[in-house]
Amino acid sequence: MSVDILLEYLPLFAQGALVTLKISAAGIILSLLVGLVCCYVQYYRVPVLRQIAKGYIELSRNTPMLVQLFFIYFGLPKIGLSWSREVCAIAALVFLGGSYMAEAMRSGLEAVDVIQTESAVSLGMNRFQVMRFVVFPQAMAIALPAISANVVFLIKETSVVSAIALADLMYVAKDLIGNDYNTSEALFMLVVFYLLILLPVSLLASYAERRIRYAGYGA
Amino acid sequence: MTDEILLSVKDLVKSYEGTSEVLNGISLDIHKGEVVVVLGPSGCGKSTLLRCMNGLEEYQSGSITLDGEKITKNGANMTALRQRIGMVFQSYELFPHLSIQDNITLAPVQVQKVPKEQAQAEAERLLERVDLLDKRTAYPRQLSGGQKQRVAIVRALAMHPEVMLFDEVTAALDPEMVREVLDVMLTLAEQGMTMVIVTHEMNFARAVADRIVFIDGGVIVEETDPETFFEHPSTERAKQFLKTFTFEKKA
Ligand SMILES: Nc1ncnc2c1ncn2[C@@H]1O[C@H](COP(=O)(O)OP(=O)(O)OP(=O)(O)O)[C@@H](O)[C@H]1O
Ligand SMILES: [Mg+2]
Repeated sequence: MSVDILLEYLPLFAQGALVTLKISAAGIILSLLVGLVCCYVQYYRVPVLRQIAKGYIELSRNTPMLVQLFFIYFGLPKIGLSWSREVCAIAALVFLGGSYMAEAMRSGLEAVDVIQTESAVSLGMNRFQVMRFVVFPQAMAIALPAISANVVFLIKETSVVSAIALADLMYVAKDLIGNDYNTSEALFMLVVFYLLILLPVSLLASYAERRIRYAGYGA
Repeated sequence: MTDEILLSVKDLVKSYEGTSEVLNGISLDIHKGEVVVVLGPSGCGKSTLLRCMNGLEEYQSGSITLDGEKITKNGANMTALRQRIGMVFQSYELFPHLSIQDNITLAPVQVQKVPKEQAQAEAERLLERVDLLDKRTAYPRQLSGGQKQRVAIVRALAMHPEVMLFDEVTAALDPEMVREVLDVMLTLAEQGMTMVIVTHEMNFARAVADRIVFIDGGVIVEETDPETFFEHPSTERAKQFLKTFTFEKKA
């Protein structure tokens, strides 16, 4: 492995990392929102919407992200919806992540004992206040490990977007291997950059879990 | 105690999905300042009655009114009505993610829009009364069962309710912690709080009650002053019930 080549590749991978980060950040934030909406709709048993959410979750969890991505990138333009590569990549990540986040949050909501809701209600809180101040904080504390596992999973899943020629980390590596045959350098940089992104996320997640456990949330 | 009726239950009929009537025509008036103790065998519907009184359960017929305003689970104005009725449950139901102080101030601040400092001062005053001022920054899991129940009482009192409902609040406690909770309730009664109490502590019932209501088979079987109830119960069912609390050495 040559250090010169590694140094030469550094800016290219940094570029790719930026793309990966951008798609991950947008995808994860929107996944959380989609997940929140889906799990509320199920928690409050909203008719019709609840069945739609259920259908979406099953569809999303039981198809590979690559298929979802191809469907959005190659399929949707046929019905007049064509988006940029980047938007397609984010949309696919959200389509996948929304269901995973919904399931994680739903398990959190369901783990909060009904007596918590009842005592809040008997103090005169309305539905919104019960959720906002009593159920939601406890549910999120319970769901946190699952949510952070999903965050790591989704960041790793972004590697799939290279399939539509979006220049993320994976794409940069594949490109360099194909052009220069410097396979070991390219793969080494790929691993290093994914670790640089994922390790802090994992560490932050376990720190947050420890803090919350210490505060006695959900206990 | 006054003649003014605060909480009125009329011909209440309640069944759960798939059960026969748990309450089958209960009528009960609670006067302002009165302490009513509800007794009855396990499963006779005491908790159900209290839960209906607080609008936590739907009922099939009859009516429950607080100062003439109708209480139903999904009725309009229920959040306002529930603020006037405090409830403490059997299991400790403090909010585990909030400190003791925040447990107490949450509803006054968010629901009644009491300024934060004022709610805190009030929480401290109430905690002092139950001897738990030093626990105000602690979390529920750091408290004993008896301490948690005293906080639960304080949390309900912080809303300045007109009537308090207690559902076997000492049933899950170790014996040595029962007393500290009952003492708080006795003090409340002496201060003139209107209370409906479900309990299995017979000595306490006798000491605190203005009136005993004995429920069995979904109806009120006996309704009288504590002295009469415990010394000269008039029905066979009440006699049987009281017997379960006395022990005799087998020959
Ligand atoms: N959510 C529910 N669904 C169906 N049946 C219920 C429900 N809650 C209570 N019941 C039934 O209603 C009856 C009355 O229950 P309730 O809890 O009111 O009794 P209780 O007098 O409080 O008993 P205990 O002294 O054991 O607390 C019981 O037969 C119980 O099985
Ligand atoms: Mg009960």
